[in-house]
Amino acid sequence: MNNNFFEILRPGINTTFQDHGRFNLQHFGVAPSGSMDYESFTFANALVSNDKTEGVLEFAYQGPLLKLIKGKTKFAIAGKVHFQIINSKNETINGECNRTYDLEEGEKIDILATNKTVYGYFAIEGGFSVSPFCKSVSTLSRANIGPNEGKKINLKNKIFFKKNRQEKNNYIMSVPNKNNNLIRVLRGPQHDYFSDSSKKDFCSKNYKISNLTDRMGMRLEGTFLKNIVSTNIRSEGIIKGSIQVPADGQPIVLLNDHPTIGGYPKIANVISADYDLLVQRVPSTNLLFKYIELEEAEKAFKLYSENITKTLKTKSIIK
Amino acid sequence: MLKKLSNIGDCGIVCDFGEEVNRSINTEVIKLFHHVKKKSSDGNLSGILNCTPSYNKLIINFDLNKTNTNKIFDFLKSVDFSKLNLSENMKEWTIPICYDFEMDLENMSKVLKIDKEEIINMHLNTVFFIYMIGFVPGHPFMGDLDAKLFLNRLTTPRVKIPAGSVGIVEKFCNIYPYESPGGWNILGKTPKKIFNNRDSTNPCLLSPGDMVKFKSISKKEFEKLNNE
Repeated sequence: MNNNFFEILRPGINTTFQDHGRFNLQHFGVAPSGSMDYESFTFANALVSNDKTEGVLEFAYQGPLLKLIKGKTKFAIAGKVHFQIINSKNETINGECNRTYDLEEGEKIDILATNKTVYGYFAIEGGFSVSPFCKSVSTLSRANIGPNEGKKINLKNKIFFKKNRQEKNNYIMSVPNKNNNLIRVLRGPQHDYFSDSSKKDFCSKNYKISNLTDRMGMRLEGTFLKNIVSTNIRSEGIIKGSIQVPADGQPIVLLNDHPTIGGYPKIANVISADYDLLVQRVPSTNLLFKYIELEEAEKAFKLYSENITKTLKTKSIIK
Repeated sequence: MLKKLSNIGDCGIVCDFGEEVNRSINTEVIKLFHHVKKKSSDGNLSGILNCTPSYNKLIINFDLNKTNTNKIFDFLKSVDFSKLNLSENMKEWTIPICYDFEMDLENMSKVLKIDKEEIINMHLNTVFFIYMIGFVPGHPFMGDLDAKLFLNRLTTPRVKIPAGSVGIVEKFCNIYPYESPGGWNILGKTPKKIFNNRDSTNPCLLSPGDMVKFKSISKKEFEKLNNE
């Protein structure tokens, strides 16, 4: 193993190693975790020509300040992120997302903030030197699972990476802007537990994203959803994107680090095609939900996948 | 018997086996769980991401890039439930427990009007069946306790329960894999590590459908096993 590494001069708010997720373990109580915004994660890896399941650093709101102590690398940041590159003469360059940059020993990357979104992704050519647990390098900090002893990245952590930069060219990708507060859902398994007027309210009134939102769940605030059957059900398996409603009538969207089983009725499920869009909405955003049918959701997912492929094809050399 | 199949979102299926919580219904859930897992690992059912059994349901989560709701429905409808078997996948475990680490025996004895020793005996004589594992990694829900031992959750849950603590609520017994808050009535502690976040091949000691018996050990034996 070589000794290339970054040092963390500021960890950021919630910086973790993530990949596509850890599967086949939910029956043991292990949530899938993985990158919240799968699309941005995919673009970050593609820009530096990594395998699409390579681990990256995910950050939320404020990202880390990293100094390249040893080695040389090529990196890309995906999402909507304000960041700077600080060279060894202390000159500052404003960085652009969705393109690659070369980084030399002694240089720093200061990931200042995500712009009206929550998550950003930092990928480097060849990937980070982290050992997988059950075939994934995703961090589930709630259960101390994953690299860095399952913890968030901390001050003075050393972040090792696999190899020195080999690619000569730098690349850019044209990523379409997604900015929409309309989230499509399918009716949930306990949709009929709710009164007719609550079913209507859910898809016609705004639900505001509360500050109590993290990788586990997104709490929403809005018109009380009245349960007319039972506010508890037998605990059953959870799938990300499920919208459960506890007795207080305020919905919670369950996200990647969700509990594996839960006992609250689920009014709806966010469709897969709108999941990335949803998780990137910041607290205080007013969401509007719209019911659609399964067939439309499947079509929407097909379109979502095709759009990713299209975007990946825009990758070109910076001249 | 499988009562109902439905979708949950666009990448999940609910297999509903009925409303009751009992061993025979849960056994059917777990038989199907093993069957889906086997088909998936043999490469005969593609796109399965997770398969989560609970008391009366099996939730299947799949990759929409590789399969869809109808394909999984078709597969599930073709399953011959009479041919599914649990015994070949079932393990039996003896878990050491030290009752000196109890936190609630005094109160349990008062509420249940049963001697502390008798509560311990009844717990030791129960052969538990693991209904499901979850909420947090490795956490088993095991039943069935004798109806004489049925207790509610603590009115005020504890902020901190040490890892390895064994508790009971209603007909169920659990083991806390991590130090965590909790409201179960604690009657002892096991030195056995039930979830190992460094063991990629075998992270979780127990599986849904396994049988568990407890074996009483002294504090001295506990310390010895704990240091191993």
